[in-house]
Amino acid sequence: MYKIAVIGSPDTVIGFKALGLDTFPVREAEEAHRIFRSITRPDRSEEYAVIYLEENLAQALKTDIDRFKDSPNPAVILIPGKDGSLGLGQAALQAAVERAVGVNIL
Amino acid sequence: MPKSAVTPTRMVLNQLKGRLRTASRGHKLLKDKRDEEMRQFMDIVRRNKLLREKVDKGLSEAFAAMSMASAVMSPEMLEQSLLYARQQTQLDVSHKNIMSVNVPVYHFNSQSPDQNGQLPYGFAQTSGELDDAISRLYAVFEDMLELAQVEKTMQLLAEDIEKTRRRVNALEYVMIPELQENIRYITMKLAENESSTKVRLMKVKEMVLQDAHHYQR
Repeated sequence: MYKIAVIGSPDTVIGFKALGLDTFPVREAEEAHRIFRSITRPDRSEEYAVIYLEENLAQALKTDIDRFKDSPNPAVILIPGKDGSLGLGQAALQAAVERAVGVNIL
Repeated sequence: MPKSAVTPTRMVLNQLKGRLRTASRGHKLLKDKRDEEMRQFMDIVRRNKLLREKVDKGLSEAFAAMSMASAVMSPEMLEQSLLYARQQTQLDVSHKNIMSVNVPVYHFNSQSPDQNGQLPYGFAQTSGELDDAISRLYAVFEDMLELAQVEKTMQLLAEDIEKTRRRVNALEYVMIPELQENIRYITMKLAENESSTKVRLMKVKEMVLQDAHHYQR
């Protein structure tokens, strides 16, 4: 059995707590980085299958996210924060298309 | 001239012909694989796009409802009611095979101890706005999970398509032309050898005849 993690600002993640997900409220990117590292450690890789990450933290954690792009576990998914979408999710989609097709056809 | 040194013998020629056959068959198969992967990939990309928009919209609505709730309730009360979640959501991951790429399939099961809906807190000291926010969040969560599945599938497929595409191109533009070039070189070299042997034999025959019979043409 796997769990689902949500990393984001306290205001964003508090609602997910009610859904029974594991939430990790962070205030700054440094903290998010540490948490992300600790829940994706190889010896804990069986724990979380999906990690939802607030978009505004994505920039700081780019290298960590890219590390899991090609491995089936875990799936790192960006979600918009409280202040609305930054469009990073769409950007990830376009990047995948570009990678597969060679050009961006969207 | 071929780039690499090949010995122009019949044995090497046979080997090269065999390799060319294998390479062409592999090229054809990989090309078919790439085309099918691409077709699946485009379906998934479309689905992903749709879900992403839905999730973005749903989440911003849920967050708006949430800030309504936090405006009505005191922060301490809000935190208290949400902090001790009574349900645990767990994820079941199985795998599906798309063109020999293993992609995850998620099934989630929430284990709520009682049957009265999804709200994990008592109603006494919480506001209706909070109920609204949580049920909105719950509704969008299913889409979020599917988004996770679709997005991961997309990433894994993209990686595999890239690999397949490189292989197809390497075969088509490097391997196969090189093999063909080498085969042509050997065939020509062999034909050349053969004709020079023939000429030499004719010459020898002429000399032998002249020696034996003082035969003049």
